[in-house]
Amino acid sequence: MRPTPNTDRPTSHNLMRFHFSLLLLVTAGLVVAFAPLPAQPITPQERTFEIDAHQFAYSPSEIKVNPGDTVTIQLVSTDVVHGIYVDDYDISVEADPGQSATLTFVADKPGSFRFRCNITCGAMHPFMIGKLTVGSNNWLYRSIGLAALAVLGMTVSRKQKA
Amino acid sequence: MAKIELTRIPFIKNILKSRYPQLAVFIVMLIGYIFAILAGLIGTPVGSHNFSIVFVWIAWWALLILVAVPFFGRGWCAVCPIPLPGEWLQRGAVLSPPDKRPKWLNLRVPKMFRNIWLQNISFLLLALFSSVLLTTPNITGIVLAAMLFAAIGLSTVFERRAFCRYLCPVGGFIGLYSQTAPVELRIKDKQVCVTCEGKPCYNGSSTGYGCPWDIFPGGLTKNTYCGLCMECIRTCPHDNIAVNLRPFSADLAKPSTRMDEAFKAFIMLGSAIIYAGVLLGPWGAFKDAAYNVGSGAWFIYAVVFLAIIFVVLPGLFTLGILNTKNALPLKQRFASLSTALIPLGLMFWVAFSLSFVLTNASYIIAALSDPLGLGWNLFGTANMAWQPMLTSILAPAQTLVLVGGLIWSARTAQKAAGEVKVSPIPVIVYCLLATCLMLWLLL
Repeated sequence: MRPTPNTDRPTSHNLMRFHFSLLLLVTAGLVVAFAPLPAQPITPQERTFEIDAHQFAYSPSEIKVNPGDTVTIQLVSTDVVHGIYVDDYDISVEADPGQSATLTFVADKPGSFRFRCNITCGAMHPFMIGKLTVGSNNWLYRSIGLAALAVLGMTVSRKQKA
Repeated sequence: MAKIELTRIPFIKNILKSRYPQLAVFIVMLIGYIFAILAGLIGTPVGSHNFSIVFVWIAWWALLILVAVPFFGRGWCAVCPIPLPGEWLQRGAVLSPPDKRPKWLNLRVPKMFRNIWLQNISFLLLALFSSVLLTTPNITGIVLAAMLFAAIGLSTVFERRAFCRYLCPVGGFIGLYSQTAPVELRIKDKQVCVTCEGKPCYNGSSTGYGCPWDIFPGGLTKNTYCGLCMECIRTCPHDNIAVNLRPFSADLAKPSTRMDEAFKAFIMLGSAIIYAGVLLGPWGAFKDAAYNVGSGAWFIYAVVFLAIIFVVLPGLFTLGILNTKNALPLKQRFASLSTALIPLGLMFWVAFSLSFVLTNASYIIAALSDPLGLGWNLFGTANMAWQPMLTSILAPAQTLVLVGGLIWSARTAQKAAGEVKVSPIPVIVYCLLATCLMLWLLL
């Protein structure tokens, strides 16, 4: 009896196509992740935000500025001592109850950053969090692009293997 | 990649066969566990300065979800101290050979409870109160003590480790995700087990106890319910038990058909998404609702939490696979295809935990010097200021983890869909949408 040919085994042509597709996908992935995006020239401004801090939230909890803006945060603590620490910028300020404190910085790093209370203020203190967005949140869009590309790649590679 | 038998290495085999190394780790863990209970009950109410919160929910959680589960599966269960006192009581011994006479009631767990629904419920109960549990030392102390006493109580009523197998809220998801780990305990030769008289690996012998997890190793095909206690290595008279290194997620090639396991995957996926939004998001109203247990807002939070897990996520999944018609009933397709959510859920938890752990890890160093928050300074680090770690690489790391999880899940979906002979596309699209939501919440 003659053995049945193994139809699952990829031919060298298919293997080459698969490797070429993989190379294309990796290249596309690198482009999506790291390619510089055209920046619209925006004149830097001075931006001031009054942020109320109370257990365990900031109000407003999300602020958006443009890259290069000089940002002033007036932190007003309405119950106990609260602080504000901006991730990645590594800057902070604290305000006593009923008092305000000012934090000024140049938003020279684009992206999305959490700001959080840096003074233990009660049980939910570790989760007292706000969000600063400088320019557009490109990393999020790049990540979603990578996720879509990954799915596309999986589907294509599966079809080619089949 | 072929399997590599770790127990071929004499050093590893001797360590696993001897009870003493495991007992030493057990005792250290038990002391730490009891100290965490005491710290929770008598230490400072400030969570970020109390051993119970800092070591349980930051240090232990980081080790569990970032290292132990992904790389060692149920490795934590092998050294978990919770079943220990109950097991000693049940056996009437710590290390001596087992007495065949049953101690206490030694009942078999009723058939209707021999699944992971109780674990699903116990996890959800903790999850609904998690904002209080994660931040309030005395609640953490009470829950840790309750788990210890529940394990002792069940050991006196039921045979083997009934608490670990059927009730532990942590054991349920460790078991689910242990299927992805590159470590397994399996038999070497099935025929040896078939002809083995007395099945000492299950029933016990003079060299060790019968499987505390109520598993016959000869039938073991996945990691989910094997607690890696190593008793079978000690009792097997034929040297037929091996601990192997294997490719990641080898168990997922054969998808489960159990609804309790399928819903565990949804519970874990949904909880990670909800926590990312509520705990790490900028929305104060959600945090208030989650924290103020018993308030109207909390009841709404609880209803929404359960609706997302039991209605929205499974409902959308079902809608997606509704048209993937084949001979199998929808329920079976649902259970099999939900296997794809296991790697995705694990990676969601890793991404969530990275953010929480890196931000709060500096509390560990301070709490080492003053574990009860009573003003001690044992190692001179008690006054160390809080400082988030590695926040600049957090977003890229989370992207890598989440996109990696998506690829892993898509591959698992393709395999599971191949088994039930349907298209994997709806499941992959579902995973993509869930990943995009998680990216939006975390980045």
